[in-house]
Amino acid sequence: MRRSARLGLFGAGAAALATMLVLAIAGLPGFGRYPGPYGDAIEAVGESKTHATDLVTAVNFDFRAYDTLGEEFILFAAVLGIAIVLRDRRGERKRAPGAPGTERGLARPSAALGMVGLALVGPLVVLGIDIAVHGHLTPGGGFQGGLPLGAAVFLAFLAGEYAAMKKVAPHATVELGEAAGAAGYALIGLGGLLFAGVFFQNFIDRGEPGRLLSAGTIPLSNVAVALEVAGAFLLLWNEFSDQALLVVPEGEQGER
Amino acid sequence: MTVLPYLVAVWVLCWGLYGIVTSRHLFHLVLSLGVAQAATYVLLIGVGYKAGAAAPIYADVPSATPVVDPVVQALALVDVVVEATVAALLLALALQTQKRFGTVDPDELHALKG
Repeated sequence: MRRSARLGLFGAGAAALATMLVLAIAGLPGFGRYPGPYGDAIEAVGESKTHATDLVTAVNFDFRAYDTLGEEFILFAAVLGIAIVLRDRRGERKRAPGAPGTERGLARPSAALGMVGLALVGPLVVLGIDIAVHGHLTPGGGFQGGLPLGAAVFLAFLAGEYAAMKKVAPHATVELGEAAGAAGYALIGLGGLLFAGVFFQNFIDRGEPGRLLSAGTIPLSNVAVALEVAGAFLLLWNEFSDQALLVVPEGEQGER
Repeated sequence: MTVLPYLVAVWVLCWGLYGIVTSRHLFHLVLSLGVAQAATYVLLIGVGYKAGAAAPIYADVPSATPVVDPVVQALALVDVVVEATVAALLLALALQTQKRFGTVDPDELHALKG
């Protein structure tokens, strides 16, 4: 289809879509006049049932824990898909991790960059753990805390020589971490089935609301999910970095 | 104006779609998809808002405080995670498209057979 024809078609479609959406919005209750009932129900029983003070986390890891399992496996499957899409193509060579020589097209990071990168690793790890383990108390949780954790390791990669660092933290270890996190969360669900008779039932003593060790299985779920998210994003970034840094393009085949 | 946040969601969605349709680069296309999806965050958080209510966190407010709907906020979190993974998967496909066809302009890809 020609570009102008496509734009015209889009214009007509978008105008119709916008009209329908505006009509639909006219039928919604006004902003700030929440009609319920789910939010009101969670508000009424959320804290007393789960003993978590962060209701969003309580929803994610208690009331909707089963859905979160699905969400976690979306992440797992997507990373798997990326690894498959970015697999070695025919006629493509990869530099061995830790192979001698500089990385293709990229100078080694400057001393200042390397130092700032390494200096940030510690604070990022602390931030990630802090967000993940306090997920049931204050805003945060496994998904939010896992990202800084993964970013911390990746920062160490980028601050050093990428290929050499891969020898220190090999792919298999990261994969194992991700799988352990994903399986750990599923096991928490099975624990509910075993000890309380319902999949993802909160089967650990809920303790006193507001304490670090409270809310039963919710903190454990946060830790498992943080591990999975950190591993998943680390794998994802590694796949893309491999493409940029290690894969030798077809044009440069005869170089070595 | 009691529908302004919802209109913002429609506006963001339409801009994202416009970006997808007029895109000349697959990377730009993936980002446009992200813009379109951002409309769902605005809508979700918007429908859960209660006038005068606090955030659904009881860490520093009494348990009787009215709070906004935590369910839609949890859904927004799901949304963010899915958006990030979908974007990553699409970018991986764009990367392979560049390698295979030597172009990332959707208009040029249209003419190629693979």
